[in-house]
Amino acid sequence: MRYPVHESGRTSQFCVSWFGKLRAMDTIERTAKQLVLTVQEYSLFSFRAFTNLYRPPVYWADFLIQSDIIGVGSIAIVILAGFFTGGVLALQSAATLAQFGAAAVTGRFVSMSMIRELGPVLTGIMVSGRNASSMASELGSMVVTEQIDAMRALGVDPLRKLVTPRIFASISMLFFLTIVADAFGILGGAAVTVFMNHQNATQYFSMAYEYLRAPDILQGLVKPLFFGYIIASVGCFSGMKTTGGTEGVGRSTIQAVVNSSVLIIVVDFLVSQVMIALFSR
Amino acid sequence: MNTTLHSDPAPVAPQPSAEPVLEFRNVSIAFSGPHVLQDISFRVKPGETRILLGPAGVGKSVLLKLANGLIRPDEGSILLFGQDISRLREEDLFPLRTNTGMVFQEGALFDSLTVRDNVAYQLIQEEVPDDEIDARVMEALRFVGLESTFEFFPSSLSGGMRRRVAIARALIHRPDLLLYDSPTGGLDPVTSTTIIELIVKQRDVYRTPSLLVTHRLQDAFVMLNHRYDDAEQRMVSLPDGETNPNTTFLMLNEGRIIFDGSIHELVRSQDPFVREFLA
Repeated sequence: MRYPVHESGRTSQFCVSWFGKLRAMDTIERTAKQLVLTVQEYSLFSFRAFTNLYRPPVYWADFLIQSDIIGVGSIAIVILAGFFTGGVLALQSAATLAQFGAAAVTGRFVSMSMIRELGPVLTGIMVSGRNASSMASELGSMVVTEQIDAMRALGVDPLRKLVTPRIFASISMLFFLTIVADAFGILGGAAVTVFMNHQNATQYFSMAYEYLRAPDILQGLVKPLFFGYIIASVGCFSGMKTTGGTEGVGRSTIQAVVNSSVLIIVVDFLVSQVMIALFSR
Repeated sequence: MNTTLHSDPAPVAPQPSAEPVLEFRNVSIAFSGPHVLQDISFRVKPGETRILLGPAGVGKSVLLKLANGLIRPDEGSILLFGQDISRLREEDLFPLRTNTGMVFQEGALFDSLTVRDNVAYQLIQEEVPDDEIDARVMEALRFVGLESTFEFFPSSLSGGMRRRVAIARALIHRPDLLLYDSPTGGLDPVTSTTIIELIVKQRDVYRTPSLLVTHRLQDAFVMLNHRYDDAEQRMVSLPDGETNPNTTFLMLNEGRIIFDGSIHELVRSQDPFVREFLA
């Protein structure tokens, strides 16, 4: 950009500042438009992929394959993450609760935290790191090697064939993985409580169970449905929008993990708010 | 697919009045910048092979993707089998695309599937019985001379073999139009000749109309001066001075069609770019 020059031949300080502001405004405007466009594209993409389940053809074989990859493939990391999170919760909470003479309620604290919050969120973030990245890199590689175009040229809708099975596999598997994480989290808490804090196991489990209510379990099981949808739709969207060769595949993978993890935390907050408002708990 | 069909040694030129299989009408497209293609108009008639020549990066592959509805034009209309695809919804394009075969520049084989599953991709989606799939895949692979690769994965094939598998995949559904995107690009001369021989074989045995994009003039001339002899099972030269009347040329430069006609018109063209390209 050329700045206007005064008759004296010197560039006006005022003009430099004014054109600098204009340029900044231009950049902000372009970024905002790009953001709105991406949100619009993502909304249409994920809506179409979701509604494809209700119109044939539905690729059930691909759904089963993806369920195996997402569900069975993630079970080890979910068990480990759940067990040690439950353990560390018991470890940290017992010390604080003991100061108030309430060490006996460790079981309640661990089970509530795991079932309502940590189980779904931790599982979501772990599965996002493993599967959103793999979806983005797999579909991204297919885009840059023209395999997606080849699929379209062969008369097959990539959205139906690749995205819809991943979304539904991710939703259903995350639901079960969250239950596994909750169970192992409570077990991890029990292990610490019994073997390290030398408390009674029966007391721990009865506390963990006694104060649990249906809304708590409902809250913990509704969240993974949203998180599963976020993981697969963001992962697939990033992959399908890949440009710029192998470097672009790397960028898409990072974007998929970052965006899905952040969205999971944001949606967790919103769902928690709604559930607390609905059940006053 | 039957490779024992006999080719006519003296092919008949397509009728001027025949309904075109593919027609571009004043098509233009741009990607956030100046036009990549501008005011493109041409036709592909039944039985016709059109060779689109032009230097690299001039928009040849974009034109081919437009022909199959993989990209939509900004202006103009594209008629595929008489239907305007430029405004058609993606869902409505899929059935039309099953009647076209496309060979991508690098083959674009699905790397997680075997050669058998790649070639049979369309048939598998249509839930054709496995026995029939195997038979048709073997037939298609025999056509391209790669029966032994049935169980291989694309990663274990050479570049030329991958292109041949891509041709087999494009042919298995007996398409009504074939689109070739630089099928010999980046290949050595011997492998290029093998690929061109397959394209000539397809042209002379099945007579499927096709649009072939290339920047290699030698490939175009080989296609023009040869025919496939089914009895000898190889490509043979046409007699001196004779050319295939079904094979005609288009030339693209700076986003515009600067030539559309036969080889005789091409060599007599006074356009400076055409002369330079042919030199």
